[in-house]
Order: sequence, then C-alpha cells, then structure tokens
Amino acid sequence: MAQNVGNKNSEALFHLVDAVERVNFPDSAAEQVATDGDSYIKTIAKRFFKNKVAVISLVIFLILVLTAVFANQIAPHPRDASVGRFQAAPYDNFYLGTDDIGRDVLTRLIHGTQVSIIVGLGSVLVYVLIGTTLGLVSGYFGGFIDSIIMRITEAFMSFPFFMVILTLVSLLGSGIWVVTIVLGTLSWPPLCRLVRGQVLTIKEQDFVLAAVATGYSTPGILFRHILPNVLSPILVNATFGIATAILTEASLSFLGVGVQRPRPSWGNILSEAQSLRVLTSEPWRWVPAGILIFIAVLAINFIGDGLREAIEGETKS
Amino acid sequence: MAAEAKEKKAIVEISELKQYFNAGKKNEVRAVNHVSFSIYEGETFGLVGESGSGKSTTGRALIKLSDITGGQITYKGEDISEIKRRKDLLRFRKSMQMIFQDPYASLNPRLTVKEIIGGALKVHGMAKNGKELTERVHELLESVGLSKQFANRYPKEFSGGQCQRVGIARALAVEPDFIIADEAISALDVSIQAQVVNLLKELKEENNLTYLFIAHDLSMVKYISDRIGVMNRGRVLEICEAEELYQAPLHPYTESLLSAIPTPDPETERQRVRTEYDPAYHHYDDISHVKLHEIAPDHFIYCHKDEVALYKKKREKLLRQKKKYA
Repeated sequence: MAQNVGNKNSEALFHLVDAVERVNFPDSAAEQVATDGDSYIKTIAKRFFKNKVAVISLVIFLILVLTAVFANQIAPHPRDASVGRFQAAPYDNFYLGTDDIGRDVLTRLIHGTQVSIIVGLGSVLVYVLIGTTLGLVSGYFGGFIDSIIMRITEAFMSFPFFMVILTLVSLLGSGIWVVTIVLGTLSWPPLCRLVRGQVLTIKEQDFVLAAVATGYSTPGILFRHILPNVLSPILVNATFGIATAILTEASLSFLGVGVQRPRPSWGNILSEAQSLRVLTSEPWRWVPAGILIFIAVLAINFIGDGLREAIEGETKS
Repeated sequence: MAAEAKEKKAIVEISELKQYFNAGKKNEVRAVNHVSFSIYEGETFGLVGESGSGKSTTGRALIKLSDITGGQITYKGEDISEIKRRKDLLRFRKSMQMIFQDPYASLNPRLTVKEIIGGALKVHGMAKNGKELTERVHELLESVGLSKQFANRYPKEFSGGQCQRVGIARALAVEPDFIIADEAISALDVSIQAQVVNLLKELKEENNLTYLFIAHDLSMVKYISDRIGVMNRGRVLEICEAEELYQAPLHPYTESLLSAIPTPDPETERQRVRTEYDPAYHHYDDISHVKLHEIAPDHFIYCHKDEVALYKKKREKLLRQKKKYA
C-alpha cells in the first residue's frame, strides 16, 4: 500500500481518509463531541451563586430595593408628620427614636432607602448608556472620532468632580432627579474608556470581519456583535457605580446640596450629626443612617467582586 | 485538458491590485503589489503562497473588507470600489461570502449558532418570520452535516471541524455565487481537512458556486482547485491549471513550494529534497518588461520578457521527462 502512495496519488489518499472518516465518525457521532452546555449567562450565574458572601450581599441588596419600593407600606408612621415626642430615645413603637421635631427616625430611614436606590440605579443607568455608546463608537471607528471623544473624556475626568457636582446642583436646584441626572452625566468617562479598550481588541477579531462580510450595518455590528462581548466588564463597573453613586448622594445631602428636607435621605439624616449635641448625646438619630450606608455600599461591592470573579472564572476555564 | 472546451466567463477580474499598509510612511508594507488575475465562473481558483505573501490580503480586498490602495477589482462586471450605497453593498455581500481561517475566532462567542446563521438571513431579509428562520437554519445545518440540535448552542461547545461547518453554513445562508475560503482548512487536522474539503466540493456542485481557495498547503489545493495562482511577497509568480502546475512547475518558487509537500510514505519522504528558493529571483533592476508572460496556453509566469524563451524550454523538458516516467 505504502509504495502506491506517491505524490500523484494524494488525491486517492484523501478519498481514502474521507472514507475512513465516514466509517469511524458518521455524522451523528459528531454530536457527542459537543457538550450539552449552558448558556453564558447561566454559567456565570452558577459560579456567582457558589460565592456565599456575594449571595448574602445580593439578598441584602434585594431587601433594600424591596424596602424602597414598598416604603409607604412598611413604614410604621407618616414620613413628615410630627408624631411623637421631640428628640426622644427609642420608646414604644418608635424603635429608633424621634428627631428634633418628633418625626420617627425609622420611618425616615425607610423612605431614605428610596432615595439611595433611585439615585444609585438611576445615575448608573444614565452613565452606562452614555459611556457604553461613546466607548463603542470611539473604539470601533478610531481615528478622528476617537480623538474627539477621548479628549472630551479627559476633559470630564480632569474636572474636580465634587466641585462640579456642587456647582451644578446649586445652579439647577437640588432634587432627587437633578442629583441622579448630574451624577449620571458626570460619571461616564471611566466606563467609556473601559469599553473603548475592550472594543479595540474585539474589533480585530475575525467574527467582526465576518459580520462585516455578512452585510451587517455598522450599528448592527456594534450592538449585535461587539456589545455582547463587553457586557460583563460593563456589568461589573455598573455594580461598583451604584455604590459610588449612593456614597456621593449621601455626601451631597450631608453638605445640604443633595436631597432637600423634608424628603429624607440617608445623607441628610446623617447631616443632623453636624450638631455637636446630636453627635454626642443622641446617637439614635445618626448612627443607623451611617450603618445603612455602610451596609449598602459594602453589599454592593461584594456583589461586584462576586460578579467579577464569576466572569473571570469564565475566561480561565 | 477539457477545460478549454467550456466557455470561460470571468466572474472576478483583478487588475494591478495594490494594497499598501502605512502607505507613504517609513514602515510601509507592500502586502499586495501589482497583482492581476481573473477567476472564471464555476471554477475553483487556488491561491497559494507562504505566510505573508499577500494571499489573504488579496482575498480581503476582493470582498471589500479593506480599501485598496490602487488597481481595480471587478466583480460580475462591476467595479467594487464603486459600490457605496447600502442597497448595492447588501447585494454585493449577498453574492460574495467568506469562510475564515480560525474556526473559533470567526464565530461570535456570545451568540448561539442559530443567531450566527440566522443573523445573516435577517440582514438580507431572507426569512419572513421566526418559524421560517428556524427552519432555514436547521436546513443549513443539515446541509453542512451538522445536527439541527446544535442550533441553540454556543461556538465554544464545538470542535474545530464543527465550528468550521457552522462558518460554512453562515456563508451559504445568503445563497452566494462566490465564496472565498481564506485558509479555511489550515486550522484543522488532516482527517477533518479532508471532510471539510469534500463538503466544500459537494456544496459547490449543489449550489453552482465559484471558489477562491486560499491556502499555503499545495497538496490540498491541488485536490480542490481547477487553476492555481502562486504568490510570494505580494506578487503572483505563476498562474496555470492545477494539473499543469504539478506536471511542469516553472517558477523556482513554485518548485520550492512543491518540494516542501510532505508525503505520507516514508520511502519517498526520505528521498525528498527540499528545493531552496532565493527571493532575489524576482527582484529585477529594470521592471519595464517584467510582468506575467504567457509561456504556454493559460500558463503565466512573472518574469522578464527575455526569460520567456528559457521558461518555454524548461517546460518542454519537464513534460518530456514526465512522459518518460509515465
């Protein structure tokens, strides 16, 4: 047999190989090679739920969200009404005491959750939309468009962040929606850079060329083909973004330019501790707010870490 | 050969194609330099050459994945650099498709097989509703020898050969007339290569396709191609029919490539002598008379016009030798 296989007979050889292949690996056998795998999201979710700290954090975060949604139903007292004694330590059904005009602190904390969640999720939604779109466009087109967008990004990043927010909030008036929008429109640059960097590597891959050759329009390529591949870093970034936004809102409210009284927020409840008397002798008025901010931010950061590990595990395996 | 009897109609004409990267700068790369050839309807044109010889770049220029530096490419009589409007571009994309080298990298890891193949159908409005789309995807999968149960899976769950079949199904989805197979089998192991090449051959018969088959492996190219072009350093050095190339390889680079084919027979393999090729061979000081010269019918060599007689003699000698041994 071996002697027959010369250069000229390579054709025959391929027929032979093919014939052998067909006998050994009929088409149905090929199916067994492919594993009955889960989708991408499912794999990540599985890995995420193995992380106990992250799962506990997720539960805490969900409780906070539910509290925010059902604040009216949960709160034991009306939000802004003077219902109890003035500056009283916890008594009867005022579980966390009352403030200087007799409002229930627990009720106000519950309503404050609403503010934190709205500002946290809302501003992240705004900045993810802006940052992702600009990042995709910047990374994909490159050249002149890229330079313009990157210069704008740098300009935004070089503002003293807090000063700009203070100025804008005091100019535009301070309400919960103003804070949300302002935080959203100022926080997108880091995400924009992150997305751009990812796109730069992804756009060189063959599947993007294949999409071009298939005839996809440019938006189709950006959103159908490239975006799904950058979703995971965006998700992680957004999670941490929620924590940052909650902290920033609390700081703004503490300084008195965030959410205005009588609407309660964790930040403006905390700001009552600016009075030395409250700080030293009436801890029930500010300690719970501080603890809530701490727990919320910590929980969200743990969720972010868990997500990142789950996603990175994906690339490792 | 009987090919002359058929009436040849060029589907692709490439003339004086130039593709320079970083043009005008210090690090200018002349990936493709004055390349001209035609591909006839219904044939398989093999384009071979070593890495970096510009064969893939030619393929990519042909399917409008890059803007060419100079020259002209006509597809079905239409200058492709004139295709600008979305409607015309879609028509062009529908008619010409590409199969990529790396079966994994060419499939989006975040999309299911159905989304990958169905996406092509959607872009060209080839399915009226979801049900029709699913049916068509299943049909396509079966036509490339995959089970329709694969439709809802992700590329990472497949072997290289299976991924390449998905890539072929995607190319076929839009019912093209012309397919560029850019090293479509290089990343696969030999047994799978044979399967995929046979599949490509079958599909060609069924769908009346024309192929541009880009490869660096002459043994496989011979098996599938009708005509072969040999490229090196951005130039086409030899074009002729597949059989002729193996009977009478004229350009020293072609000889070198042919001598590099490993044979699956230890006896011949031991006696195989690798012919070295000196790239200085196609560096001419005066290029005014250097171009593709026709040595024999349909057999072109990139050389100086003074060398034509030499090559003619060489061809006759080679053919005489072959006859003697046959």
